[in-house]
Amino acid sequence: MLPHILESTKLFYPELALSAAFCAVVLADLVFRGNRTLTSLVGMAGVLVALYLVATQAPGEHSAFSDMLAVDGFSRFFKIVILASTFIVQLFSVQSAELKSRSMGTGEYSALLTALALGMSLMAGASNMLMMYLALELTSLTSYLLAGYTREAEDSAEAALKYVIYGAVASGMMLYGISIVYGLTGALDFYSVNLALGAGDINLWTLVLAGVLIMVGFGYKISAVPFHFWTPDVYEGAPVTITALLSVASKAAGFAMMIRFFRVTFADLVMGGQGMGGWAILGGFQWTQLLAVMAVLSMTVGNLVALWQNNLKRLLAYSSIAHAGYMLLGVVALSPEGISAVLIYFVVYLFMNLGAFYIVMLVADKTGSEDMTAYAGLGKKSPFIGVAMTVFLLSLTGLPPTAGFIGKLYIFSALIGAKMIGLVVIAALNSVLSLYYYVRVLKSMFFKDAEPGGAAFGISAAEAALVLLLLIPTLLLGLYFGPLVEYAQASVSMFGIPR
Amino acid sequence: MQFLGLGILTWITFLPVAGMAVVLLLGKNNAQAIRWTAAVFTGAQLVIAAMIYLGFDRGMSGVNTIEGFQYVEKVSWIDIRSFSWFGNIRIEYFLGIDGLSVLMVILTALISFIAVFASWGIEKSLKGYFALLLLLDAGMMGVFVSLDFFLFYVFWEIMLLPMYFLIGVWGGPRREYAAIKFFLYTLLGSVLMLLAVIALYFSVSVLDPATGEKVHTFNMIAMMNPANYEPGSILAGVNTTWRYMAFIALFIGFAIKVPIFPFHTWLPDAHVEAPTAISVILAGVLLKMGAYGLLRISFPMFPDEAVVYQIPLAILGFVNIVYGALVAMAQTDFKKLIAYSSISHMGVVILGMAALNTQGVTGAVLQMFNHGTITAMLFLIVGVLYDRAHTRGLNDFGGLMNQMPRYSAVMAVAFFAALGLPGLSGFISEAFSFIGAFQAFRWITIASTIGIVLTAAYMLWTLQRVFLGTLPDKWKSLPDINGRELFTLVPLAVIVIVLGVYPAPAIDLMSSAVNTLVDVVNAHGATALIGQ
Repeated sequence: MLPHILESTKLFYPELALSAAFCAVVLADLVFRGNRTLTSLVGMAGVLVALYLVATQAPGEHSAFSDMLAVDGFSRFFKIVILASTFIVQLFSVQSAELKSRSMGTGEYSALLTALALGMSLMAGASNMLMMYLALELTSLTSYLLAGYTREAEDSAEAALKYVIYGAVASGMMLYGISIVYGLTGALDFYSVNLALGAGDINLWTLVLAGVLIMVGFGYKISAVPFHFWTPDVYEGAPVTITALLSVASKAAGFAMMIRFFRVTFADLVMGGQGMGGWAILGGFQWTQLLAVMAVLSMTVGNLVALWQNNLKRLLAYSSIAHAGYMLLGVVALSPEGISAVLIYFVVYLFMNLGAFYIVMLVADKTGSEDMTAYAGLGKKSPFIGVAMTVFLLSLTGLPPTAGFIGKLYIFSALIGAKMIGLVVIAALNSVLSLYYYVRVLKSMFFKDAEPGGAAFGISAAEAALVLLLLIPTLLLGLYFGPLVEYAQASVSMFGIPR
Repeated sequence: MQFLGLGILTWITFLPVAGMAVVLLLGKNNAQAIRWTAAVFTGAQLVIAAMIYLGFDRGMSGVNTIEGFQYVEKVSWIDIRSFSWFGNIRIEYFLGIDGLSVLMVILTALISFIAVFASWGIEKSLKGYFALLLLLDAGMMGVFVSLDFFLFYVFWEIMLLPMYFLIGVWGGPRREYAAIKFFLYTLLGSVLMLLAVIALYFSVSVLDPATGEKVHTFNMIAMMNPANYEPGSILAGVNTTWRYMAFIALFIGFAIKVPIFPFHTWLPDAHVEAPTAISVILAGVLLKMGAYGLLRISFPMFPDEAVVYQIPLAILGFVNIVYGALVAMAQTDFKKLIAYSSISHMGVVILGMAALNTQGVTGAVLQMFNHGTITAMLFLIVGVLYDRAHTRGLNDFGGLMNQMPRYSAVMAVAFFAALGLPGLSGFISEAFSFIGAFQAFRWITIASTIGIVLTAAYMLWTLQRVFLGTLPDKWKSLPDINGRELFTLVPLAVIVIVLGVYPAPAIDLMSSAVNTLVDVVNAHGATALIGQ
């Protein structure tokens, strides 16, 4: 037993680094009271070390702690997305005026952010239903606290409360689903559940009930329709930095966990190796059909409701619901192409979505408003910010030559490869629909004149550098995406799936 | 042909991008320098176009063989060969021109150069205007020289954004509405096209000569060879449901650009609101892309469907001709009238290409070029008048012939060319299109000739209302056309007259490519019809 634990610990270094960073932030906050710079530096260092440890981990597929966690290409890829976006959000947080408005508990913020990164990393690797639930709860609890961090602001407190209530209900249902699966199969880790399902003689309707309940938990985490009702309010109320993180990292963690769960437990591992075409599904539970319905609803509802939004955070919240829909389609394709398309989409989405949120943060810090009217004449006042926002929004629409186009291209390709023409047409029409509300922002920035007497819109060198850090990959990945695609396709390998 | 290590097509495509960079580096208040930068870069582009015209080998066929293309540049761009289950992906930077594209390349260079001078009077955010204009130029040129479908699609989409801003910022009173309508319509078309592109990509694979492995490719020429379609792939076979769907998706994408009825409603709005130079580019070049796409992509890649849809396509051409002319007749806005006349004239292109014989396709390609020059003139003429009078109401004018004699002379060339007077270029291309179409579908063509009568009617009626009769007092002080405006109009008028008298220079360029296209489509189409 001991050798196994020691062996597993080696695979667990990134998470250990995050745990150590969490403790270090708390200690630093105790010793140097209220030193915001120090605590955020410690937190950033911790995330960077963890990122380094993940990136340099030996390749191959392993399982750690008696099949609690899988450490494989798939989880490494998602951990890199999660940690990179956490790091970028930490950079945002250093500059955010909104966060500085709160004088109390400055160290908490960095500590919670580190803990959130830990929870999300665990979600990416969870291969046991208990581990899955614990990781989800760790992520959720820290998210609740962070969403309500600026609790003096009324909408922030409201957001946190809504988030808690929705989250509690969703995770409760998920736990119930897990208990039913346990009752049916007598196992908690994915591999044993898969074996039990393969052995057959499972009551179909009980299994469907369990699957649907578990899907509620996933749907809540990735904010897919009809489990999305918390999203707009929380995104609007939470500090911009946290909203940005929730929209990218937390969604990535949710997807990672969901894909692994369905891929490992419900796929027929004997029949469906990694060939072209779909995988065989076990146990008669057609979960992809449920996912397809969720995907179509998410895209359509997200985009339709976004048309009417005037608050930029709310608009991006609905847009993120729509993007969850596109990504779900990659899962529905039920093929390695589809999974690699989701991975590619997440990298692209990281840059473009964080970029858009960063500019929302800059505008909110300088004008005090997140409303569409605050953007009037922005293109004239600061052409650089105007052009950068244009690129991010067009990338979200999926126009070449931006990275967003590559993301959509691979999702569409996976669907056409699986001959799911109906779904791909719906997705394509949805991206036309989305153009309308993204362009409303452009219209405000370039076609409207600023209100007279408005202050000049100056940005510092650090702010400009951060915009460029997100802008350059958004453009570059649209023109040269070979390495990203190769890396994503190499990363669809999961522990326990024969190649 | 190479220059400084880069191929000549790379130069002609990316010179405007370099020009855009220079414009962006110039100071905001340096208006004259910005204008001249744009003029120099588009002028250099025009010089390259002239070199291409002179050096173009008239005997080479093009269309479906790479050996038939000229000025070819082929460099690997993205090459992903990691996983066998995904297949190897190959995207190339692959440029080349043949008889179908060479006229369009020349037209694009010419119209862009003229558009710069037509934009001389722009005052508002000059720097942004010329930067976007040059980017638009690069996108248009790229579409006509790309032979890799991925590259083609990227250029196709790059045009949308500058066009959106050029209409939306510098346009007329309802510019925001017109700009977003244009953007949404064309994006709808292009996502449908994208789906067809992906399906083609999945179906076509070629053997890599180096390794002997199968490679999926976006190479357009490979997509035209039925032997490259993998058995069992989504677009394999002849006249399958999937192939019909892909053909229709591509068709909608191109039809929106042409525009073919009922996808035309964005056009009048965009034209009326756009500034003069942008209307010129829109009518002169952008509309040609849809027709070019049908000829370059839809016909040779889907010959079996093209043959089946000949008659429906001809009917759409007929509707365009007659509907456009009838609506044009009802207009009281000069610019809107020209916009609808554009729809009518593009119908001739569609009718001609639907015939799928040498005369018809020759007429269609020639009409694309001639419509580009004639309609560009008409929009410039409207612009000249609007700049002076600040109104475009046809009924507000009268008797301008005596007040502005030089202006009226140029106008007469454009008007009579538009209504198809023999001796001017419009007549030749319309005649070829109708002769070709008459062989293929007699009654549709006969019905379409009503359009010629209607065109003569609204053109002459317009001429009468604006230029004849009595001059209202308030226009007694209108100055005649100035030197810069003449400089934009006269070269086009010369082309219109020369090609009207002696069309051989244009027809020689394309004839071998047109013959090849007609042969390829009919040969594949015939086997398809027998196979049914």
